[in-house]
Amino acid sequence: MDLEVITNILYATIRTGTPLLLVALGEMVCEKSGTLNLGQEGMMLLGAVAGFITMYQCDNLLIGFSVAALVGIMASLVFAFVALNLNASQVAAGLALTIFGTGLSAFLGADYEGKTINALPTLAIAGFEHIPVLGKALFSQDAIVYLSWALVLGAYLFFKHHRAGLAVRAIGENPGVGNNLGLPVMRTRYLAVMFGGALAGIAGAYLSLAYTPLWTQNMTSGRGWIALALVVFASWRIERVMLGAYLFGFASIMHLVAQAFGLAVDSNLLAMLPYGATLIVLIMLSKNKQKLKMYEPMWLGKPWHKGH
Amino acid sequence: MIKLEPRVERSKSWSYLSPVLAILLTLITGYVVFALLGHDPLNALYTLLVAPIADWYGVTELLVMTTPILLCAYGLALCYKASVWNIGAEGQLLIGGVCASAVAVNFVDSTSAFALPLTLLAGIAGGMLWAGLAAFMKLRLNTNEILVTIMLNYIAVNVLLWAVHGPLKDPHGYNFPESALFGDSTLLPVIFDGTRLHLGLAFALLALCATWVFISKTFVGFQIQVLGLDASAAKMAGYKRAFLIAGVLVISGGLAGLAGAGEVAGPIGQLVPQISPGYGYAAIIVAFLGRLHPLGITLAGLLMGLIYMGGEMAQINIGLPNAIIGIFQGLMLFYLLSCDVLIGYRIKLSLPFKQQKTQLTPIAQES
Repeated sequence: MDLEVITNILYATIRTGTPLLLVALGEMVCEKSGTLNLGQEGMMLLGAVAGFITMYQCDNLLIGFSVAALVGIMASLVFAFVALNLNASQVAAGLALTIFGTGLSAFLGADYEGKTINALPTLAIAGFEHIPVLGKALFSQDAIVYLSWALVLGAYLFFKHHRAGLAVRAIGENPGVGNNLGLPVMRTRYLAVMFGGALAGIAGAYLSLAYTPLWTQNMTSGRGWIALALVVFASWRIERVMLGAYLFGFASIMHLVAQAFGLAVDSNLLAMLPYGATLIVLIMLSKNKQKLKMYEPMWLGKPWHKGH
Repeated sequence: MIKLEPRVERSKSWSYLSPVLAILLTLITGYVVFALLGHDPLNALYTLLVAPIADWYGVTELLVMTTPILLCAYGLALCYKASVWNIGAEGQLLIGGVCASAVAVNFVDSTSAFALPLTLLAGIAGGMLWAGLAAFMKLRLNTNEILVTIMLNYIAVNVLLWAVHGPLKDPHGYNFPESALFGDSTLLPVIFDGTRLHLGLAFALLALCATWVFISKTFVGFQIQVLGLDASAAKMAGYKRAFLIAGVLVISGGLAGLAGAGEVAGPIGQLVPQISPGYGYAAIIVAFLGRLHPLGITLAGLLMGLIYMGGEMAQINIGLPNAIIGIFQGLMLFYLLSCDVLIGYRIKLSLPFKQQKTQLTPIAQES
């Protein structure tokens, strides 16, 4: 195996991991505020279809991604209203969002299947992209990949060093105490859910505008759910979500890796790998009950209403 | 301003009215959306909800469509009663279909009386195994059952694809990803001549009675309800949590597996990549819409089957993509969850001038 193969695998790993990284980061922020949104898959699909339709009509990537983020936010607001204001079960409300998003995206995108668009171009950082092996993987990616790194760094600093980040975490641990301290519980949770929606929308659009770039029904194929597992994998720590996303990116491109090694494995069996890997990771991470409890936001998924 | 005021006791009447209200709201939304899309809304709703069952054949088709949904939903309701979030009926159904097919293709030319029972048992066993995996991972490995069952769904889809492209592919099938057509001995007998209504419906009715008696009349059923309402109370009472959780998961897996076996040995008659248009997911909505009660589930399941049929019909007759099925499903669940707020809360409209009045009596405001 020569260096070029390694270079390409690294490059593809990062590209494949990027949508996972974005959704998982959004969901993690959402969960840090104590809200469990299982609607990631639906919001991703809505973002993917909205981004694709916009791009097809306007041929402008910036507008495409912005619309995708906006649609993700709108979808997340529906969830937030039902789960946070009406005190519905967050699990059920998230499921509803996924079912609804899957249906609506298929409906809206029915006329756009098979259409082509100008994909997101790569943005090489002059001088660095020629570094052997790492150059292509790290410095010759597209804008969204760089954006995802900036967001990870931003989120890390926000939660580690900013007062507001601490407030979000406090609300996730115990909204009642947060409220007594004068923290705006509802507003914080809404903003966290919206942030998750925006990132899910962008992640979906990344699939339809950069990664594939096509619109097909159900094109996210469970990435929204894998992202939920990634948050557990990362034990709600920002820096670890990046590692997880790229590990899963690697698992998803195993068919390329197998090809490179000249292995003939059934493609349908290889397609199970990311899901199987998710299970294995969940098992490994969940074995230690105490440890999991320690990292998990204490109020995760539980409803809270002022005056209870 | 609209304010929510907690009720002292959960409203029983609203717990029954809420699904009705949710369905009504879904219909109203459908009416508005069809009108906005430039269709005659009444005609569209008629095509969706009435036209499919306008004749006897349509009614039998509705029952064919509803059978797998109901089988899945009765089982899911047991899980949800125990507060076990089994989202995996879809995967359990698919594995049931694959396992049943793996048996059935060996009986293509046989006239053995054991062929059909073995096929169905294989389906049930497959579903039980798939749900059992989830139970094992939840109980022994402490993983979250939502994520585990979802992942098992995706893996099941690929197992099905692998099976129809590989070991179960018909060697004389011109390389189509399909199994051989099942022989008569492995097909579920048709109940009424000239229709596709098969014996699977009887299994669904049996499951209706069995789960009803089980949950409301047996001690284990009672334990399941206690566990779902208050896990610590169940622990105090000495109920075996692991036994109950594994039990509901395996039963619901078996029912979903039977649904899958019923599809391949019933209306489809062979294993194909598309044995379910998402029955397992629809069953989740059906279970909630039916208030986790077997009778309610039966009604909700019929409605869901109707939406599936109507969606297909709307695609053919008025050219609407059949993805509206998913939109309706999602909307219905959203509305149901929203209406359910009325069970625990009273909605209080406080108008601005009224607020002034309450300012005079601060004690009343406190309560």
